[in-house]
Amino acid sequence: MDWFKRKKKISTSAPKKDVPDGLWVKCDGCGTIIYKKELEKKYYVCSQCDHHFRVGSDVYIDLLFDEGTFKEFNADIASDDPLDFTDVKSYRDKYQATVKKTGLKEAVITGTGKMNKIPVVAALMDFRFMGGSMGSVVGEKIGRAIDMAWKKKQPLIILSASGGARMHEGVLSLMQLAKTSAKLARLAERNIPYISLLTNPTTGGTTASYAMLGDVHIAEPGALIGFAGPRVIKQTIGQDLPPGFQRSEFVRDHGFLDLIVHRHELKQRISDILAFFKHKNPAK
Amino acid sequence: MATDKKVVVLEFEKPVHELEEKIKEMRAYTEKTGMDLSEDIKRLEEKAAELRKEIYSNLSRWQRVQLARHPKRPYSLDYIERITGYFEELHGDRRFAEDHAIVAGLARLDKYTVVIIGQQKGRDTKSNIYRNFGMPNPEGYRKALRIFELAAKFNKPVITLIDTPGAYPGLGAEERGQAEAIARNLFEMARLPVPIITVVIGEGASGGALGIGVGDRILMMENAWYSVISPEGCAAILWRDAAKAPQAAEAMKVTAADLVDLEIVDEVIREPEGGAHNDADAAADAVKKAIVTHLKELMKLSPEKLIEQRLEKYARMGAWVEKG
Ligand SMILES: [Zn+2]
Repeated sequence: MDWFKRKKKISTSAPKKDVPDGLWVKCDGCGTIIYKKELEKKYYVCSQCDHHFRVGSDVYIDLLFDEGTFKEFNADIASDDPLDFTDVKSYRDKYQATVKKTGLKEAVITGTGKMNKIPVVAALMDFRFMGGSMGSVVGEKIGRAIDMAWKKKQPLIILSASGGARMHEGVLSLMQLAKTSAKLARLAERNIPYISLLTNPTTGGTTASYAMLGDVHIAEPGALIGFAGPRVIKQTIGQDLPPGFQRSEFVRDHGFLDLIVHRHELKQRISDILAFFKHKNPAK
Repeated sequence: MATDKKVVVLEFEKPVHELEEKIKEMRAYTEKTGMDLSEDIKRLEEKAAELRKEIYSNLSRWQRVQLARHPKRPYSLDYIERITGYFEELHGDRRFAEDHAIVAGLARLDKYTVVIIGQQKGRDTKSNIYRNFGMPNPEGYRKALRIFELAAKFNKPVITLIDTPGAYPGLGAEERGQAEAIARNLFEMARLPVPIITVVIGEGASGGALGIGVGDRILMMENAWYSVISPEGCAAILWRDAAKAPQAAEAMKVTAADLVDLEIVDEVIREPEGGAHNDADAAADAVKKAIVTHLKELMKLSPEKLIEQRLEKYARMGAWVEKG
């Protein structure tokens, strides 16, 4: 597989910027200048070095589901700013500005869809919305997606792209870890498959809840995956982090990921796994 | 931060502390000289009591955070020693290591046999290093999980005591799956077929606290704090200045009273005047009473009912608006 061959030293710094506007894009992996239209066709994977650019939930919906099958639900749940939170500016203003800027309503989209004809329930996080942070709305929407999978007895896919819990909602954000995990525990009692798909980045409270509770854990190559952020760890231990630390390959080698799958293969590999779980063995 | 100093007086404790010192001096003087100063002493004691009441009924959130971190504050083992008639500490996660930042064991509490699990801080530099400042590694969470499962097997209620500045953000902790260890505990605690009572006794920082904190009842000491991140961590990210921690504590609403308002905490456990460190016995008494009260109610419920109610409890948490 190509990603094994990447020669570039994997950096442990903060996640790279989203795909910028403009006609041409420079690859963070190999420095090649790529025509943006070309990159779009490749679902934002560099054809030179297989670097996976960070992309939004819209690209993944396109990539993962059979055409026209994805139906969003619970689209109109929004934050209530329960703490009346203000840092240098108010959460309310920041939230409204983010909605306007991104065209997204929150950091997760939930819905039903088909993957190679297999019906699934899915939650797709989006890093563009306040760093994919999990507040009450993200927790509630993911919680309801889990409930939906439970009710419909359909497999669940959660795609994580998140810096962790949203500080602007304090302890309420923290409790979303418990809420989603509790609902996953109920889902597990029904033996319904849950695939956790980890993309760049998946850290903090997101990793410490549903992202690490799948029947199968799949990550894209080179994604930052961990609990504490690299900067915090570096500060704590007072030395540089080893190359590749907290990247998908590292996390897999330490036993916490089943698979690293190239973006172009995600749909096929996931639907194969779901077909495997769905298959009933002959009685004799 | 904890220090090795014998007497630690927080800034806002000073006026009362000074009066108390004065009273002590007068008593010593009386003893030495036989001169009767009882009138004056009485007057000063009344003044101290008044002052204490005034200060402690108007504490800011940041002041409570400081009380929660008070180096004299009772820690898990201080409570366990006072509230249990029997305690046998059990060690190790049976996978990799023993984590001294989490203590766990078998206990008798009132007329119940229970397991108790708590994060444990150290009192001085040496014991703090031993306890890793109360910051668990994955092994601590996995030890806790082992004890949860032991409790389920023998039908014992679980009591957890939360007091941590966070899960340890170290290299090895990441390599051994800190996130997975916490996530696994949230998952298993949600479906544990025995009553779980969680008491936030000091600091409740983030996933590191929640990792032993999913339960049927969440109780919180009056001067404890509990949030998604420490005030310093929040300030460093949102204000880009850790010194703005007092503002962050206000903005995140981290106190016991706040968490009642946010419908997260079921009961605030009153502390002795001046904070739990002023009278550890009284603080422990209050904790024990609260645990027993809730335990009595929970013992009546079937495992199915417990788990169902627990799920509903967590499903309600959070705040959002829904259009249409
Ligand atoms: Zn490239």
